[in-house]
Amino acid sequence: MTLLENFWVLVALKALVIAAVVPLTALVLGYAELKISAHMQSRIGPYFAGGRWGWAQLIADGLKFFQKEDIIPDRADKAVFKMAPALVLMSTVALFVVIPFSPSLRVRDLDLGIFYVLAISSVSTIGVLMAGWSSGNKYSLMGGLRAAGQLIAYELPLVLAVVGAVIQAGTMSLNGIVEAQAAWGIPFVIPQFLGFVIFLIAVLAELTRIPFDMPIAESELVMGYVTEYSGFRFLFFFLAEYANMFAMSAIAATVFLGGYWAPGLSDAQLQYLGPIILVAKVFLLVFLFIWFRWTFPRLREDQLQSFAWKWLVPLSVLNIIATGIFKVVF
Amino acid sequence: MVIDHDQVRHLSEVAVSVELETPEMTLNIGPQHPSTHGVLRLVATVDGERVFDVKPVIGYMHRGYEKLAEVRTYPQITALINRIDWVSGYANEIPFIVAAERLMEIEVPERAQYIRLILTEMARIASHLVFNASYPLELGAATPLFFALRERERVLDLIEGVTGGRFHPNFNRIGGVKPNAGGGPTQRKVSQDLPKGFFEETRAAMERVLSVCDELEDLVAGNEIILARTKGIGVLPVEVGAAYGVSGPNLRASGVPFDLRRIESYLPYDRFDFDVVTAQNGDCWDRWWVRLEEIRQAARIVIQAIDGIPSGPLQAKVPRVIKVPQGEVYVRAENPKGEMGYHLISEGGQGPYRLKIRSASYSNISILPHILEGVLVPDIIAIMGSLDFVLGDVDR
Repeated sequence: MTLLENFWVLVALKALVIAAVVPLTALVLGYAELKISAHMQSRIGPYFAGGRWGWAQLIADGLKFFQKEDIIPDRADKAVFKMAPALVLMSTVALFVVIPFSPSLRVRDLDLGIFYVLAISSVSTIGVLMAGWSSGNKYSLMGGLRAAGQLIAYELPLVLAVVGAVIQAGTMSLNGIVEAQAAWGIPFVIPQFLGFVIFLIAVLAELTRIPFDMPIAESELVMGYVTEYSGFRFLFFFLAEYANMFAMSAIAATVFLGGYWAPGLSDAQLQYLGPIILVAKVFLLVFLFIWFRWTFPRLREDQLQSFAWKWLVPLSVLNIIATGIFKVVF
Repeated sequence: MVIDHDQVRHLSEVAVSVELETPEMTLNIGPQHPSTHGVLRLVATVDGERVFDVKPVIGYMHRGYEKLAEVRTYPQITALINRIDWVSGYANEIPFIVAAERLMEIEVPERAQYIRLILTEMARIASHLVFNASYPLELGAATPLFFALRERERVLDLIEGVTGGRFHPNFNRIGGVKPNAGGGPTQRKVSQDLPKGFFEETRAAMERVLSVCDELEDLVAGNEIILARTKGIGVLPVEVGAAYGVSGPNLRASGVPFDLRRIESYLPYDRFDFDVVTAQNGDCWDRWWVRLEEIRQAARIVIQAIDGIPSGPLQAKVPRVIKVPQGEVYVRAENPKGEMGYHLISEGGQGPYRLKIRSASYSNISILPHILEGVLVPDIIAIMGSLDFVLGDVDR
């Protein structure tokens, strides 16, 4: 027990756990996407890898990427090109730091938890912009610029959508928000439904998933900012995409769906059941994202901008005003 | 107020030098690109997302069929022209065979004509289903692809059952269709002309096709994003379309009821009840809708044809070695992609002296520079997809 109380041992342990959890979530969600999309399209999906249900398909894919040659284009800005995937993955890993899996199972409970989440998640766009710029490819450049434009349009509704929940909880700490919902007895999705919907839409844009996948836009920009990436570096982007999906869903579940809390359970029970409850809620949201992806087509960049500025921003401001009035009056 | 032009110019120059310079960029789309349907290349000049002009570069798939046809016999040529528009291989054969028959003055038996007509309409269904599969994919929606291709496979199975070929049937003979049809190369030749159970299976398949049309309409037409991406995008005015020689569903979507099935008499279409589908606006959405509706009309024709198919021989009397008498003829037909014509000049030999192939996609993509001027980069893909061309049909 004394060993665990040593600060550096604890930090190393937490870093190891996160480094294991992040790729694991990416694998599970990637597999879920393969299977769910297959069943939506009257296919079976991965079937043979691993002996049954193709459970090892993504592990096999990952190993394949390890074997691939690491190609860096001649005209690429090499240092930036190499740094970009690491930066994207780093911002994703940093998100996991504040996610509370149970009242005590978390790396760190920051006082400004939700603020930290929103700030750190936009760092990945810098990585995307770096990737697009440094590839020396016009498709990559356009993809990177689209990602930057998307960030500016969607970061604002993302932040504003959360403000309502923060006002209601009276704290920005993620644990505090969950406790506020537990004390209240109902998750914030009910009073903050508008905020929840805006948050989900903005998260979709943040994750650059269909219908907001313009930075990748396979049929237009080939693969957008990842066009020139191959092998291990491509795997970084892949891992970051799915791990980011898990992290953002976990944030949405924590802020709006009650996180690790479920009605009728005592604090001691939540210590053990908390992670299961949170992951179940995350999977609910992830299923929603996958469902959107395989049903919706892609918007155009200018349509996305007008949607964000003309609808989402005013609506979320309205939401904040309404929440503020209710908070003061009642 | 007196305007000092020099000062205005000076101010505007100051403003220009302050703003960031945004030079035009040349964006090379293709020949290897996910949505150019093969090896079309577009050289686009863009400023950010705005497209100034587009130059299509074709010829990456030129196989010289017109020249090859000059050194081949008539029966050999059908194997080549199957590969012009490979998405609807069967429909390509008809105008060429009819051209040769007109020069030889052969009367094709009724039953053979009906079989040709059924298979042509099936090829149309298959081709339009490919369009309905790939077009939403180009707009980013992956799922309609599977719905459409699943039913297309049923139709292709039927074509394969009759002709032995899924994509390249090579089924027409001068004077009729291949005798003893129904057995594939590995099957024992049987005396029946259509495979056993063909009519029942066709009727079932057509019902499936009609129901998948409803499904696709639900899935695609009910989607706000698709509407936002296609309505009012890539409008093709009638005069421009006609001037460039655009034909088929692309022209009908602009409101011209131009359908060679009604005008020409290469197959007995006058005995069937079907509508020439037209739309009014000529945008991407209308082109999509016209093709969906044409699937329904084609299914209607097929059902009528299998109900009324006469019995009789499959082949007219033709000499063993086919020699086409001297002459010149142009036969055009309504192919899934538009007007396809063969200008055949014969000097009396076993092969044509000259064969000019007028293919629909070639004329259809010639409007790309006009229609793509001033659009956004994502619209390039939306418009290009809505024209539904096949590169084999462009380059020949």
